[in-house]
Amino acid sequence: MLVGPNGSGKSSLLRLMAGLIKPATGNLKWCREEIYEDPENHSERLHYVGHQDAVKPALSVFENLLFWSSLRNGNCENREATKKALNTFGLGHLEKVPGRFLSTGQKKRVDLARILVSPAPLWLLDEPTAALDKETITSLESAIDYHCTVGGMVVISTHSEIKLPRHQVINLAGFSGTHIE
Amino acid sequence: MNGFMTILKRDLHLAIRQGVDSMTVVMFFVLVVIILPFGVGPEPNILARIGSGVIWVAALLASTLSLERLFQMDYEDGSLELLSLSSVTLEVIVLAKVTAHWLTTGLPLIITAPLLALLLNLDKESFSILICTLALGTPSLSLVGAVGAALILGARRGGVLLALIILPLYLPVLIFGVSAVDANVNGIEARAQLLVLGALLLTALPLCTWAAATSIKQAIE
Repeated sequence: MLVGPNGSGKSSLLRLMAGLIKPATGNLKWCREEIYEDPENHSERLHYVGHQDAVKPALSVFENLLFWSSLRNGNCENREATKKALNTFGLGHLEKVPGRFLSTGQKKRVDLARILVSPAPLWLLDEPTAALDKETITSLESAIDYHCTVGGMVVISTHSEIKLPRHQVINLAGFSGTHIE
Repeated sequence: MNGFMTILKRDLHLAIRQGVDSMTVVMFFVLVVIILPFGVGPEPNILARIGSGVIWVAALLASTLSLERLFQMDYEDGSLELLSLSSVTLEVIVLAKVTAHWLTTGLPLIITAPLLALLLNLDKESFSILICTLALGTPSLSLVGAVGAALILGARRGGVLLALIILPLYLPVLIFGVSAVDANVNGIEARAQLLVLGALLLTALPLCTWAAATSIKQAIE
């Protein structure tokens, strides 16, 4: 879990881990392999949830989610898994509602459901709880907990309380202004 | 290939749901061509002579209209970032989006062109050549336009900038497109011009895809 004041570099660190930006110096390794050697392989093993929710206003909640899942799974539409992911975050009843009618929190939930439809070992969540209600935070906590029990990794940046049974907190405030060689 | 089809399907889906975009392009195309005779006078001979040029210029302007939104929407809502994080390479993503763009704007232009040619009193034997040049030329326009659309990501007032960047690049397509029709009207075979248009398309295909993908990568960072 990454904590620290605004501007301390939490989002940048997550984007760095996702391979969206490249470090000025140093490198990033996964199982002793440089990730920039094979960026496609790296992006296949991670899910990134950023500040924007990537929900298309013209598509329904279900279609939005189905697109991301079929992009991951090579065009086979996994309707069952998509439905299940929607229900996890209490979106089952909104399935057919177009994205433009959703509230900020609901869009965030659609975005979070995306990480459940296709498996990936590494989850990078950038302030996932920002717009969520208590109930959804609880479902997210249990989803993260389950993901960790089956051997997955999660990196979260947050300002609010997320209850997780075992986690390591890294305070980025301590690193501000330092230059690590 | 699967990723290509998935993205193409989604973009077509979105374009159909938000039908305004491709309708504006076609309406703009038709209006420009209809308005012109009011400016230059309605003599059939003059219109027949400048007809092919008018249709081509109108097609260029119409295709720049919709290009601004090619990547902008996905960029703003974060989809482009997520797309780039999928296992599909950016080049394939660009190609899928350009194909969707051409199917929703280029193809309707080709379909409306004969009607407008009729209005401009263009030689009837040149209709097929006009369609051929548009069919070979408009995909190049979408491809070149994609580079511009990728370059303006994150810029304010991108639409104007986009037109400034890509209109000069459209010139070769315009020159050979119009001269093919003119050659046919004057009884000369237009094969050479059509071949050049085909060559332009084949050059634009890898070059523009690569260039657009590279500038998207820059925009995301």
